[in-house]
Amino acid sequence: MAQVIVNDNKKQNTLLRKLLKNKLATIGLIIVTLMTIVAIFAPLIATHPPNEMTVGKSFLPMNTDGHLLGTDNYGRDLFSRLVYGTRISMVVGVAAVLFGAVFGTLLGLVAGYFGGRLDSIIMRTMDGLFAFPFILLAITLMTVLGQGLVNVIVAIGIANIPGFARLVRGQVLSVKEEEFIEVTHSLGATHTRIIFSHILPNCLAPLIVYGTMSTAGAIISEAALSFLGLGIQPPTASWGSILKDGKDFLVLNPQMATFSGICILLTVLGINLLGDGLRDALDPKMKV
Amino acid sequence: MGSFILKRLINLIPTLLVVGIIVFIITRMIPGDPASVMLGPQASVEDVENLREELGLNKSIPSQFISYVADLAQLNLGYSYSYSESVIGLIIERFPNTVILALAALLIAVVIGIPAGILAARKQNTIIDYVVMLISLVGVSMPIFWLGIMLVLFFSVNLGWLPATGMGNLDDGLWPYIKHLLLPAFALATIPMATFARITRSSMLEVISQDYIKTARSKGIKEYLVIGKHAFKNALTPILTVLGMQISNLLGGAVLTETIFSWPGMGRLIVDAIDKRDFVVVQGTVIFIAFIFVLINLIVDVLYKVVNPKVNLESDGGKK
Repeated sequence: MAQVIVNDNKKQNTLLRKLLKNKLATIGLIIVTLMTIVAIFAPLIATHPPNEMTVGKSFLPMNTDGHLLGTDNYGRDLFSRLVYGTRISMVVGVAAVLFGAVFGTLLGLVAGYFGGRLDSIIMRTMDGLFAFPFILLAITLMTVLGQGLVNVIVAIGIANIPGFARLVRGQVLSVKEEEFIEVTHSLGATHTRIIFSHILPNCLAPLIVYGTMSTAGAIISEAALSFLGLGIQPPTASWGSILKDGKDFLVLNPQMATFSGICILLTVLGINLLGDGLRDALDPKMKV
Repeated sequence: MGSFILKRLINLIPTLLVVGIIVFIITRMIPGDPASVMLGPQASVEDVENLREELGLNKSIPSQFISYVADLAQLNLGYSYSYSESVIGLIIERFPNTVILALAALLIAVVIGIPAGILAARKQNTIIDYVVMLISLVGVSMPIFWLGIMLVLFFSVNLGWLPATGMGNLDDGLWPYIKHLLLPAFALATIPMATFARITRSSMLEVISQDYIKTARSKGIKEYLVIGKHAFKNALTPILTVLGMQISNLLGGAVLTETIFSWPGMGRLIVDAIDKRDFVVVQGTVIFIAFIFVLINLIVDVLYKVVNPKVNLESDGGKK
């Protein structure tokens, strides 16, 4: 057991070393780490409570009265709202992708491993879900689910399922034919054991890469949903909803729209850089 | 080729059926009674009951589904009360506007993205390569709804060069029409453009290093012919694959772009219909876009085969 852990640590070390050799991936890793720190320590970093309104202090310009980026239409501190918005983006990004990954992986494993009619039913359903542009599927699901953090996660999570299912099924089909699977099977291992102990670990590398890339998509989708007024409910600060308000006051207070968008762009760029780096380090042949 | 297209068309039927089922399930799950939501709180019980009957909501779910499929087969997508028009009529009115926007975006993406990718590959590891790659890295990460707003802020509000919203009328001349189109099309083009640049670069680099390109060069063929005729043709297959994937992006992105620029297309129609809680329109437009998307993918698959006849798309049942 101890040996296994040591090996695992070694593996992680080589992965990290490979990542750090890649300059762009290192930049991505730094951005993602910073954003994660901001999300976790938001209350310590924010200079004001994010929803605190001050009458008569609307649309303060940058660097006035202790408001680093000024205030919004309700006199709320823009910097603090952006800091808290990081939490929403990171939580939705990670949780929605985990949701999609868990269900998509299960479906892909079952479809690929058992094949036959079950495979057809699952994959035709996935094809059907794939026929909707991602954001349109998420928008449609939000009209059913209604606004709110959990519903945003579920909607974006569902829209993520078919991608994971297809990826995992493809991997399973190639691993399934390997000799060691046949040997394990003839030694009397159950299907569950074969799937989870032998097939799934072989799908992990592409899953990690695809999952990272999908997190970037999920963060943009959350921002888009909140921007359309379908995502996070006010007054909770989310980059998308700040951008939505900013759009209405573009002339009066351009920093609301400008900085919320920069936050989205920077985070998504960081995750994409990290994802590219992970792909090169883990699975150079993969094309996501 | 004919049998290939026919086979793919037949393969479409189960996908389209699944799309229909998904939209049916989603719209039936919308909380509250669609009829009373659509008519608003002031509606009389009688009106609500009449609308329920007209929408078939008082029938059982299976019979609702049968009449829904029958309607779909006749291209009857229902009647919108908030627009006082049939949904298919609304689509016929709006869809061409989305097509114009998407095609303009695709044109910008192809005309700028592919040459940029070729240029970066030709000048690999020079400052030009780095700049192209940096811009395209930022491009693929771009929240286009934000970019749209920034373009408005810069070109409409600050410089006053281009109109911020709306669609031009061709009767007023071509230039005013194009002026309205430029900003939304550019915003929508960003992600495909960056993706084209990236994939063209990597695909060209792979081809350029191959022996036949070296042979062509050593035969003294002019460089632009080597790149344009020999290399690019073989680098085209991955570019086409990406083209297919970008169509989903364009249709999805249109929803957001049209909202920002008040472009009277399908995306704006869907967002407005959600605002008005007009579920008949939401259902009809969503299913229409999904159908179009599936059809475009089929066309891309066929193009793929035309460009590269060796590709066997039938072996994997058309799955990508």
